[in-house]
Amino acid sequence: MDYFLTEEQQMIVDIARQITDEKIIPQRAELDEKEEFATEILNDIAQADLFGLYIPEEYGGFGGSCFEIVLALEQFGRGCVAIATSFAASALGAYPILLSGSAEMKQKYMPDVATGKKKAAFALTEANAGSDASGIQTTAVLDGEEWVLNGTKQWITNAGEAQIYSVVAITDKSKGARGASMFIVEDTDPGFSYGPKEKKLGIRASATRELIFKDCRIPKDRLIGRQGLGFITVMKTLDLSRPGIAILGVGLGQAALDESVTYAKQRVQFGKPIISFQAIQHMLADMAIQVEASRALVYASAKHIAQHPKDMTKASSMCKVFATDMAMKVTTDAVQVLAGYGYMREYPVEKMMRDAKILQIYEGTNQIQRNVVGQELNKEYT
Amino acid sequence: MNIIVCIKQVPDAKDVRLDPKTNTMAREGVESIMNPFDRHAVEEAVRLTEQHGGTVTVLSMGPPQAEAVLREAVSCGADEAVLVSDRSFAGADTWATTYTLGKAIDKVGPFDLILCGKQAIDGDTAQVGPGLARRLNIPYVSYVRKITGFENGAIRLHRLMDDGYDEVEIPLPGLLTVVKEINVPRVPSLKGKMKAKSLSIRTLNAEDIEADAGSLGLPGSTTQVVKVFAPEFKGERAMLEGTVDEQVEQLINKLEPYL
Repeated sequence: MDYFLTEEQQMIVDIARQITDEKIIPQRAELDEKEEFATEILNDIAQADLFGLYIPEEYGGFGGSCFEIVLALEQFGRGCVAIATSFAASALGAYPILLSGSAEMKQKYMPDVATGKKKAAFALTEANAGSDASGIQTTAVLDGEEWVLNGTKQWITNAGEAQIYSVVAITDKSKGARGASMFIVEDTDPGFSYGPKEKKLGIRASATRELIFKDCRIPKDRLIGRQGLGFITVMKTLDLSRPGIAILGVGLGQAALDESVTYAKQRVQFGKPIISFQAIQHMLADMAIQVEASRALVYASAKHIAQHPKDMTKASSMCKVFATDMAMKVTTDAVQVLAGYGYMREYPVEKMMRDAKILQIYEGTNQIQRNVVGQELNKEYT
Repeated sequence: MNIIVCIKQVPDAKDVRLDPKTNTMAREGVESIMNPFDRHAVEEAVRLTEQHGGTVTVLSMGPPQAEAVLREAVSCGADEAVLVSDRSFAGADTWATTYTLGKAIDKVGPFDLILCGKQAIDGDTAQVGPGLARRLNIPYVSYVRKITGFENGAIRLHRLMDDGYDEVEIPLPGLLTVVKEINVPRVPSLKGKMKAKSLSIRTLNAEDIEADAGSLGLPGSTTQVVKVFAPEFKGERAMLEGTVDEQVEQLINKLEPYL
């Protein structure tokens, strides 16, 4: 379907497609099997100037919006959600700085993120603070000219691979959500270390670790925006980033559909290719309908959000739920179409099904997204 | 270091068909790509100038559509592009092609190094690189798989051989043809694509390169394609049976007449 992209947007798609076909797809199975971070492929993405898509030109980026990054992520998601996640997580880590940071802070950190020389990461989740972010226990206390951080962040994407971390910590326990602030922690800061790499069901080529802060001292000016506005920055960040997760569902769903149709045309049973059987045709048709509907919703949501409207939260949550639930269903159906072969690691669809699951969980579970949509509806209809 | 890379637009080998009547390659509806070996030559040139400074000029002889591969090369890091194009160039064999390219390179200006892919996947002759070096009267090395050094006006490299590699040094200016082992070509960058879109490509015709008309195209060619055909498969298969010794005996008997 033609979405009437501009010439520049089409260039982004073409480059991301070429990286996906030439670099990601040939290596994804091995990287998954070895649980290896795709450093070289991310360097290729950097060389192609795609790390700076959403970063303003004055900070060395392309000056695009969340729609441009969505276009790149769709292709990467078609190749490997783990690699796409590593790429997307750098944007997630950079958004708080772009949204709430000072001009000096942006000037200091964004050019290296835009070129891909440095990667960023976003650190919110803790052992007791997942969907309920108010359970955060990491603290930051001002001591003279330095903030002192203590606590542990959990399941942080790009941990150990990134150089710049946007970290949420409590600066005033008595103020609840208004007591949280965001800080930049650099990989070389004293008192900052990582936990061991987590073993995961899917997206195994992405790096997930704990961040451990033990009297981690950082300069006073690493506070992102104003003290106490950490949660507002977090919410704005996630509103911008969720279409990026949604589109990974679309890319992944498309890949599962491509594999399923190709296989169904080749696989012969009862003397005919299985695509000639209505039972299979209907499954493939439903997959195609769901993928295209998701793509249309995510594109529309990303374009809407790119204008920074007041009501971006609902669109952001709706597209995340719809496209990632779709990805889980479509990849599961792809394994069903390929059946025994699909269950084997020799074919790519079992990895797709394993990778799909995380999309319903990270950056806010789909249950939380439905809460958000419900609350927004409640507000709208008063 | 100023490098000229000669590149060719070829039909995608995944989709080659012969016209059954004329026995020539059917180009209608076949996607055109940059000759794959030339992608490696462009990449190596860009890497060399990234390390040592200088410019990369890509040059292609072909119809106006060949502009597409020149723009692709620019999107992958080349600085300038030259299209050598004229109706009178049509039908050139490698003799006429090297003459034309040589005259064009005289016009493009001084260079330190010329890089070519080892061969084009359509003609498969592997003659244009060496022939061009002869036309320009410069040294050349073919099948280069690695460049190991560049100093004092000379270049050191590894030439791929059947049983290993040779270490070779040649003075510059010189010409190298490269094999795919030399590097992994990069994907175009966004900035490169934008530059390629707006870059004006210098075009040279027969008059611009001050060529002798009789040396160009089909009239200037010393070889002619008389017939193109798919060879008939005449292989036979025989299964040998018995013990290993018996099978060896039978095999020797079969091979002996050909020794």
